[in-house]
Amino acid sequence: MTATTQQLLDPKTAIYNEVLPATYPWARVIKKGQILRIVDLGGNQAVDFLVYNADDPSERYSAPDTIVNQGNIFVTTNSQLISNEGRAMMTIIADSCGRHDTSGGACSCESNSVRFGLDKKYQHACVENFLAAILPYGLGKRDLVSNINFFMNVPVSEDGTLEIVDGISDPGSTVDLRAEMNALVAISNCPQMNNPCNAYNPTPIQLIVWDAV
Amino acid sequence: MVQLSSIDTNSQIDSDLVLMQETVPGGAYWSGVIKRGNTLRITDLEGSRGVSMLCYNADNAIERFNAADTAKIQFNAFLKQGMVIYTDMGRILFSITQDTSGCHDLLGGCSNAISNAKKYGEGDWKNSRDNFLKALTRSGLSKKDIMPNLNLFTRIAVKPDGTMEFREGCEKPGSFIDLRAEMNVLTIISNCPHILHPGSIYDPKPIQIQIVKSPAPAPDDLCRTANPEAVRGFINTDALFVQ
Repeated sequence: MTATTQQLLDPKTAIYNEVLPATYPWARVIKKGQILRIVDLGGNQAVDFLVYNADDPSERYSAPDTIVNQGNIFVTTNSQLISNEGRAMMTIIADSCGRHDTSGGACSCESNSVRFGLDKKYQHACVENFLAAILPYGLGKRDLVSNINFFMNVPVSEDGTLEIVDGISDPGSTVDLRAEMNALVAISNCPQMNNPCNAYNPTPIQLIVWDAV
Repeated sequence: MVQLSSIDTNSQIDSDLVLMQETVPGGAYWSGVIKRGNTLRITDLEGSRGVSMLCYNADNAIERFNAADTAKIQFNAFLKQGMVIYTDMGRILFSITQDTSGCHDLLGGCSNAISNAKKYGEGDWKNSRDNFLKALTRSGLSKKDIMPNLNLFTRIAVKPDGTMEFREGCEKPGSFIDLRAEMNVLTIISNCPHILHPGSIYDPKPIQIQIVKSPAPAPDDLCRTANPEAVRGFINTDALFVQ
């Protein structure tokens, strides 16, 4: 894994700089060449992330195409997020954390009912956030696919055992993504408080966008 | 029994219980609806290079297989006997009631025209993504309905650093997996080599599809009682059929 830091981008020159509260959804078109930075302000916060071709959203992030393309189930610096059409949608150009999960997917009301108890169906979940984020762009449930979880640690052992364990991101960890096409990014700042994916304590994140250099 | 093609497989199923049987050649695709309670047996006849599969709630296809939930809820990225296959809505599509292969992958996704051209050179090699699209279109579905799929008869090992490795030697001619439908399941199967299969010669082998009438699950059914998550998954699933 390749943890790097990106010192070149000055938040003072950003075109967008907002804090997204814990548990909230977010969506924005990141134009080709623009750079999106996600800051894990509190540390160990799972940031559920989907990306669509803003000009034709039937082209979208594909988890298996991404991991097969790079031969590794984690994404980090230099990873390209590959679409279902085999094209690079975004490139991770800097990453102070070192690994991010591609296999755990998003929490939903329904999966929470199975994982944590039938009464948990009524809790807020990432699928709720994703739906709220993509609805204004004319997208819906059929557009939801397996997502990336930035700052989340899901190791898979050789016998297939898969665990969601404490994250490896510290407060202030960052990941920088450059859009390789006009990219509609949808984020759920994961509300999950039933497992260690965000240390049982959802915290805010910061989203910063710079124009193409 | 509807005998669409015949092949001897030592599968030990009472022939009276076999509702449908078909051999799917290498490179071809198949789709059908497995009714709740019946079992889909897929047999690797000659040593498969991988079989890619998608499945949906046949009564409402907006509900579909979810690879991430299937792995995450059961804490395992390989499918095997006793496990279940989850939808994206906390319900169960299939129970794996028998499995003599033990090598099934949830991570690798499916082959496409570009991956085939890289491996096999120029040529009209059938690939799973295009097969999926053709089968989905016949059911009124489309590209938007392609989710990360599962792959039968292949093993992808993951190293601690996340590196993926295709494990060769998992082919066992005659091995099979039994999938008991827990709802009416629209199933789409593409019999094309796994995208990570290292072979440079395109040579997918035939598989056999059987739909078998299976007994109602006993109270101690392995899949239904496997863990508290499965118990809750079945409560959610059975609720679809209460009326």
